[in-house]
Amino acid sequence: MTQSNRLGGGQIDRNTSLTFRFDNRSYTAHPGDTLASALLANDVRLIGRSFKYHRPRGLLTAGSEEPNGMVELRTGARKEPNTRATTIEMFDGLEARSQNRWPSLKFDALAVNDLFSNFLSAGFYYKTFMWPAAFWEKLYEPMIRRAAGLGSLSMEDDPDEYDKGFRHCDLLIIGAGPAGLMAALTAGRAGADVILADEDFALGGRLNSESFAVGDHSAPDWAAQVVAELSSMPNVRLMPRTTVIGAFDHGIYGAVERTGDHLPTLPDGKPRQILWRIYTQKALLCAGATERPIAFENNDRPGIMMASAMRTYANRFAATPSQRVAIFTNNDDGHRTAADLHTKGVKIAAVVDVREDAPGSYDYEVLKGAQVTDTKGRLGLTFVEVTLSDGSSRTLDCGALGVSGGWNPNVHLTCHQRGRPVWNDDLAAFVPGADLPVGLSVAGAANGVMTTYGALKSGAEGAAEALERKGALPDLPEAEDAPVKQKPFWYVEGCKRAWVDQQNDVTVKDVKLSYQEGFRSVEHLKRYTTLGMATDQGKTSNITGLAIMAEVAGKSIPEVGTTIFRPPYTPIPIATFAGRMKGQEFHPTRLTPSHYWAKERGAVFVEAGNWLRAQWFPLPGETHWRQSVDREVRETRASVGVCDCTTLGKIDVQGTDAAEFLNRIYANGFAKLPVGKTRYGLMLREDGMVMDDGTAARMAEDHFVVTTTTANAVSVYRHMEFVRQCLYPDMDVQLISTTEAWAQFAVAGPNARKLLQKIVDPEFDLSNEAFPFMACGNITVCGGLRARLFRISFSGELAYEIAVPSRYGDALMRRLMAEGEEFNVVPYGTEALGVMRVEKGHAAGNELNGTTTALNLGLGKMVSKKKDSIGSVLSEREALVEPDVLRLVGIKPVQPEDKITAGGHLMNADGPVDAANDQGYVTSAVYSPILNSNIGLGLVKNGAERLGEKMRLVSPLTDLTVEVELVSAHFVDPEGERLRA
Amino acid sequence: MIINHPLLGPRDASEFTYLGDASLIDRPDWQAENASEAFYEYGYLRDNPAGEHQELWYHEAGDRSWLVVTRNTLTHEISKVELARDVARARGRSK
Repeated sequence: MTQSNRLGGGQIDRNTSLTFRFDNRSYTAHPGDTLASALLANDVRLIGRSFKYHRPRGLLTAGSEEPNGMVELRTGARKEPNTRATTIEMFDGLEARSQNRWPSLKFDALAVNDLFSNFLSAGFYYKTFMWPAAFWEKLYEPMIRRAAGLGSLSMEDDPDEYDKGFRHCDLLIIGAGPAGLMAALTAGRAGADVILADEDFALGGRLNSESFAVGDHSAPDWAAQVVAELSSMPNVRLMPRTTVIGAFDHGIYGAVERTGDHLPTLPDGKPRQILWRIYTQKALLCAGATERPIAFENNDRPGIMMASAMRTYANRFAATPSQRVAIFTNNDDGHRTAADLHTKGVKIAAVVDVREDAPGSYDYEVLKGAQVTDTKGRLGLTFVEVTLSDGSSRTLDCGALGVSGGWNPNVHLTCHQRGRPVWNDDLAAFVPGADLPVGLSVAGAANGVMTTYGALKSGAEGAAEALERKGALPDLPEAEDAPVKQKPFWYVEGCKRAWVDQQNDVTVKDVKLSYQEGFRSVEHLKRYTTLGMATDQGKTSNITGLAIMAEVAGKSIPEVGTTIFRPPYTPIPIATFAGRMKGQEFHPTRLTPSHYWAKERGAVFVEAGNWLRAQWFPLPGETHWRQSVDREVRETRASVGVCDCTTLGKIDVQGTDAAEFLNRIYANGFAKLPVGKTRYGLMLREDGMVMDDGTAARMAEDHFVVTTTTANAVSVYRHMEFVRQCLYPDMDVQLISTTEAWAQFAVAGPNARKLLQKIVDPEFDLSNEAFPFMACGNITVCGGLRARLFRISFSGELAYEIAVPSRYGDALMRRLMAEGEEFNVVPYGTEALGVMRVEKGHAAGNELNGTTTALNLGLGKMVSKKKDSIGSVLSEREALVEPDVLRLVGIKPVQPEDKITAGGHLMNADGPVDAANDQGYVTSAVYSPILNSNIGLGLVKNGAERLGEKMRLVSPLTDLTVEVELVSAHFVDPEGERLRA
Repeated sequence: MIINHPLLGPRDASEFTYLGDASLIDRPDWQAENASEAFYEYGYLRDNPAGEHQELWYHEAGDRSWLVVTRNTLTHEISKVELARDVARARGRSK
């Protein structure tokens, strides 16, 4: 395939040829091309179909503001929809496909939408798909979803890696055009730490697209020379292919570096994109300006593009959309495109300028005071209809039309901290306002300085000011300094289908309709017509939309207002935000000390917060989890079981005020707890609800070891630090979390003492008299290893918790298993743990659900009235202590095999089943192999007084009704004889 | 955001956990006549100023200090950062 629209010159490497495919056809290109420029060079103008009407569309721009030229890039799992052909750097073997067309780009069945455009105008969806409501979900929405939209996802996992990083500098320069390069030179030579970031792969911005000279060099050569000097400076970091996506608080900028998008395949371990967080005291926005179109009849045909883009394609990429082009402009910049293309040998059909006083040319015809009123060409431009100043018509034969409606400064980042741009009449455009993000200033075209010399100067000055550096600036080269000459001109009167927002298919008529129907504020206009709400965020359409609204309303543009811009500046793949936090790496995984041992035993694991805990330990032949769990419960209660409970939070509390501190933290008293004893502690929130529970063991007069639930380990510690630092700053008490420092195992069952006696060093007496229920102490095990022993029980059995330094956890578990063989010791997981605590009637996470009080849980008497503690005052609020508040009860089905469902609600034995008659709900439900029955815990109105009552357990979700009986929550050993044995 | 920790210097806000109004330091006296009313106000009634706001931040991924940060809720400008313990003492709290 020859590159029939390839011109001379340009910044492409003609010595190397690359092959790429678009819609399954093969083409050639050169390094330095974008997909867009390569397609134009190969005479491909038709790139895609529009969002709503499926109109044939080509390229409008040559940059990231592109609304039309979107393709699906790559194949398989790496397929990426909606990538802009204008920013895709060419590589060998690139594969792209057009989107939103079926069966083919040239013949698209849904182009029929275009014929019904009268019915599909602004607000069409709101007006049409309203009734009946039931149709929305089943019919309308699927239909619209099929018809609308652009590219499609691969539906496979993204195989590439993404990363995140942090960078710091004295001055961040955003954009490497004339202003940015000059700023970097100024700051770099002054020795400042500089980051210069630009979204393009070639630094230089607009300079790479122009034919004029800067100093003694061509504009691109001058840029290349400055880049070379900057590259040699150790204090300057150049970041090409990096889009600064947002300005955040306190001088933090987000930036996405596309480290691998331009490579055919990523080297191993290289991320595809990196999300940078850049910290800087000062930043200089040199983001340039974006040319805006003029709306006229059928202004969306392939071949119609921005005049500046046409110039970029010709000068930088040596490509033209056609060998015969016309220009439609309201300003002098459009003429520059005509002159450059003429020099490159492209035939200029005419320059159509709306101004009567437009400059003339000896090389081609200039139609002054004329307007483009229509265009022809179904899949690509063929003719342009022009109405001349005298009212007569003229047809121009051309394959491309460059449109220039003036330039809009790229103020986006100045708005990210609520800054509002202000209107500038001379430019007929918005320029940055006063309220900029802290530390940010603006230079060059982004600040409304529209000449090259002006940009160079303002870049140098901007950098010097930002760094508060006095003295001489670097010498500025001579450069183009022509003032802006234009006549504001937004759209051609009388057009029926003139496109304002090409990505969302919004026309001039839609904007007018929005006004007529009362959607007149800018924010309403956007939402009603979807103007500016596509993936390009209206970079080429917002201002035109505003101008039309202003004209219809008879107001000025600043009176109509402007919408401000939000990050990100350009669309970012979700994968980039995720970075390495995906799949198993989404959050850190914490392993218990006995994890590898448990894995060897074939344990099934469950996530508990960040922890992985053994859920049960299946034996050969056990096919259902219940078999394993029932066995673990039975054997623990019959002999002895061991469970890793390291995940419980452990907080070391030390200091002369430690006991008094716990008095404030816990609702029950701790001042009188003797050394060597442990006490159950109930912690309330200040609003009187239960926050957490656990135990506090007094290891010494001024030393407690506090445990928390696994789930609340972090928040309880945070709360305790709050109480210590903010409420009682002079208490002598120190806290430290030791959750990670100690491996802790529960050893439970009638033979627990016998098993422990085999490993605890003989000088420690474990007899019931010497070490009774709730005792605690420092001991040694296995011949001198320091350990802590607590005689506490969650299972209701004779039980201990033994703690050793974490690194000995694995060994201790193996030792317990070996020594326990003679007792048939059984390891048990979280399921058996849960069954046993329900059998014993202990409240746990399901009951401590943030809405329950101590009274609800049957622990009301624990809240001491004799001392100050967090939550004690508000726990006595009237509504919380009414006689019929929820109380914790046990629940048993009348038929033992009937299943109890957690979350099911309890209704009286007779009467209606509805919310008004709700009596409470089930919080926990298990099967008890000891009682051979399903059992549960629940909260029932006045439940403590209703034991023995029959109720109905209902679950409308699962269509369940079960007859149950309220019983004491202490199903097993209600007198506590076992745990005191 | 960046919080200028009085002991550790400027730190990224992602290292901190936010709690809320620094009025939470002023916990009422449990034995006061109107204790229940006072605790209700303490727990539930907060000012929500558009402007300067004193608020509690906890350096959870750092040194575990509670800080009182004076932040403008309109601009996010942080004008003052103090150790909450110092603020609590200045407000008369002790043991």
